[in-house]
Amino acid sequence: MSDRPHPFLIVVAGLVYLFLMLPLVIVVGAALSDTTYLTFPPQGLSLRWFENIFEISAFRRTIVTSLQIAFLGTMIALLIGIPAAYALNRFRIELPKWLGTLFVLPILVPEIVFGFALLKSFTVGTGAPIFLSLLIGHTLIVLPYVVRVISASLASFDFSVEEAAISLGSAPVKTFFTIVLPNIRAGVIAAFILAFITSLNDVSVSLFLTGPGISTLPIQILAHVEQFFDPTVASVSVLLMFLTVAVMAVVERTLGLTFLAK
Amino acid sequence: MTQPLDLQAVSAHYGTTKVLEDLSLSVQAGELVSLLGASGCGKTTTLRLIAGFLRPTTGSIQLGGRDLTRLPPHKRDIGLVFQNYALFPHLSVLDNVAFGLKQRGLGSSERRKRAMAMLERVGLSALADRAPGALSGGQKQRVALARALVIEPPLLMFDEPLSNLDAKLRVDMRVEIRQLQRSNGTTSVYVTHDQEEAFSISDRVAIMSAGRLMQFDKPEILYRRPANTFVARFVGFENIIPLKVIAREGDVVTAETAGVTLRLSQAVYGAIPDTFLLATRPDGLVVSTDPAAEGLPARLGLRTYLGRAYQYQCETAAGPLIANGSLTAPLEAGTGVKLVPMPEQCTILASEGAR
Repeated sequence: MSDRPHPFLIVVAGLVYLFLMLPLVIVVGAALSDTTYLTFPPQGLSLRWFENIFEISAFRRTIVTSLQIAFLGTMIALLIGIPAAYALNRFRIELPKWLGTLFVLPILVPEIVFGFALLKSFTVGTGAPIFLSLLIGHTLIVLPYVVRVISASLASFDFSVEEAAISLGSAPVKTFFTIVLPNIRAGVIAAFILAFITSLNDVSVSLFLTGPGISTLPIQILAHVEQFFDPTVASVSVLLMFLTVAVMAVVERTLGLTFLAK
Repeated sequence: MTQPLDLQAVSAHYGTTKVLEDLSLSVQAGELVSLLGASGCGKTTTLRLIAGFLRPTTGSIQLGGRDLTRLPPHKRDIGLVFQNYALFPHLSVLDNVAFGLKQRGLGSSERRKRAMAMLERVGLSALADRAPGALSGGQKQRVALARALVIEPPLLMFDEPLSNLDAKLRVDMRVEIRQLQRSNGTTSVYVTHDQEEAFSISDRVAIMSAGRLMQFDKPEILYRRPANTFVARFVGFENIIPLKVIAREGDVVTAETAGVTLRLSQAVYGAIPDTFLLATRPDGLVVSTDPAAEGLPARLGLRTYLGRAYQYQCETAAGPLIANGSLTAPLEAGTGVKLVPMPEQCTILASEGAR
C-alpha cells in the first residue's frame, strides 16, 4: 500500500463528484438566467426569478403549507415512532418479529398506490379536510424512517443502563427522559432531518391528497412547469437547496454530522 | 442498615418455560452469598427477581421484613452492579455516583460531598469530572460499585461484575469488593459462573442447575462434602464409582464394584448405605505399583503433566477413572497399577436412580 492514492482512483472519484455536482450547477445556472425560458448556460445574470417566486401567491402559499406539513408530520411521527422504536428494541425477545416489519410497510408499498388508497379510503370515505389528509399521509410515509433511524440508535444502547437508573430509585417514565432520550439524541435529530426532508420532497402521495386551494411545493412546481417554462422552477429548487444546506450547517455546527454516517 | 433477605418457594417462567423452580434461599444480614452455576441455571433470573425486573409466578421475596414481591424495582432500594458496568454515558463520573442520591432528594452540595467521599473510597476522586467512556474497565467497575454503595442500600447485588476484566484485575477487584462489603456489612448477593471467584469471596454459595438449587452451604463444605453427584462433579470430583455393600463387620464395610472389592471404614466416611457412590478428585486416588496394595486394579493410559503432579487416564473394571501420580516416578502407558482411595479426600454420595 502506498501513501498516495492510485491516479485511476482519483480520476474515478473526480468523475463521481462531477456526476453528483453537475445537475446542481446547471440548476443554479438556469435559475440565474435573465431569459424567460429555462436555459443553460445562463444568458445574462438576474435574480428576478427569485423575486418571481414570492410574487406568485401559489408558491408563497405552498411553501408555507409544505413547511407546516413537514414539521407537523415529522413531530407526530416522532411522537409515535420513538415509543414504537423503544418498545421494539426493549422487548425484542418478547415481541413477535413481524411487528418491526409492520413499520416498514408504508415504504414497501409503492407510494403512488399508497396515496391512491389513502384518497379512496380516507379523504373520500370520511370527507376529511385536505390539510388533515395530507398531514396523515405524510406522517405515515415518514414513520418508517423515524422508526428505523431511532431503532438503529437504540440498538447500540445498553438497556442495563436504564435498569441501573431504575434500581437507583428513578421511576421508569422519568428514566426514559433522563437516561434513554439523552443517549439517543443523535438518532432523534437524524430521524427528524430525514423525515422532514422526505416529507418536503414527497410528490407521489401528495399528488393524490392535495386538492382545491391546498397544495404542497413539489406539486405546485409540477403544476407550474406544465404551464410555464420560465426559470422560476430552477430558482425554487435553488431556494430549497439552500434551505437544506442551512439546516445541515446548523446541525453540523451544533452536533456534527458524523452521526448521519453511522 | 443491613438486612436479611428471604426467598420463599419462588418460581418463575419465561412465557411457558419454567426457568426457576421452587427456590427458597435465606441470606443473613451482612452475609455475602454467591449464586453459582452455568449459564441458564437460573442465577441471573434469581437476581432479576430480587431486583424486581422480573415477577415471580409464585413465592415471596422479603428484605428485612419488607415484602418486595409486588414492589416495583425503583422502590426496592437495592444497589446493583452489572457485568457491563451500565454507567450513564452522558453523565460525568461524579454525576453517575450522585444519581441515586439525586433520586433521594438530596441537595446538590450534599450529593457532591457524599459522592466525592465514595469516590475517595474506591480511589477515583481524581477522575470525578471524566466521562465514563474515558475510563478503563477496572475504573468503570469501581465507579459502578461506588454508585451502588453511595445510596447505602440494605442489599447489594452483583451480576457477574468481573467477567469483562482481565485475569489479574479480576483477582484484585474481588478482594476489593469483599473488603468494601465487609467494612460496610451490607448483605450481598453475587452472581457468577466462576467457581474460584464464588468460593473465594463468599460466606456461603448456592450452586444452581436448571432452575433448581442443588446445594447451599459454606465453600469449605461444598468443596469437601458435596451433597449430590451434580455438585460433586461441579467442584471437581471427577471419579464417581458406584458401589454395593456385600459385608459389614463393625465399622468396616466391604463394597463391591465390577468384581473388585474395597474395604471402607464408617469411622472415616460416616454411615454408608447399602448402595452408594464413592466420589473423589484425581488427587484422592493414589497410583500404587505395589501389587499388595488394596485398591482398584487399573491400566494406565495417557499421562499429562500438571506441574504439581502427573495425571493419568486409567482403565478399570469400574470404568475410566482419573488419578494423579507422583512427579518423582513417571509411569508409562499400559502399566498395571492399583488405585488406592485416600479416605480424607473421598466422599460418599447416595446413588441417584438411573444416571
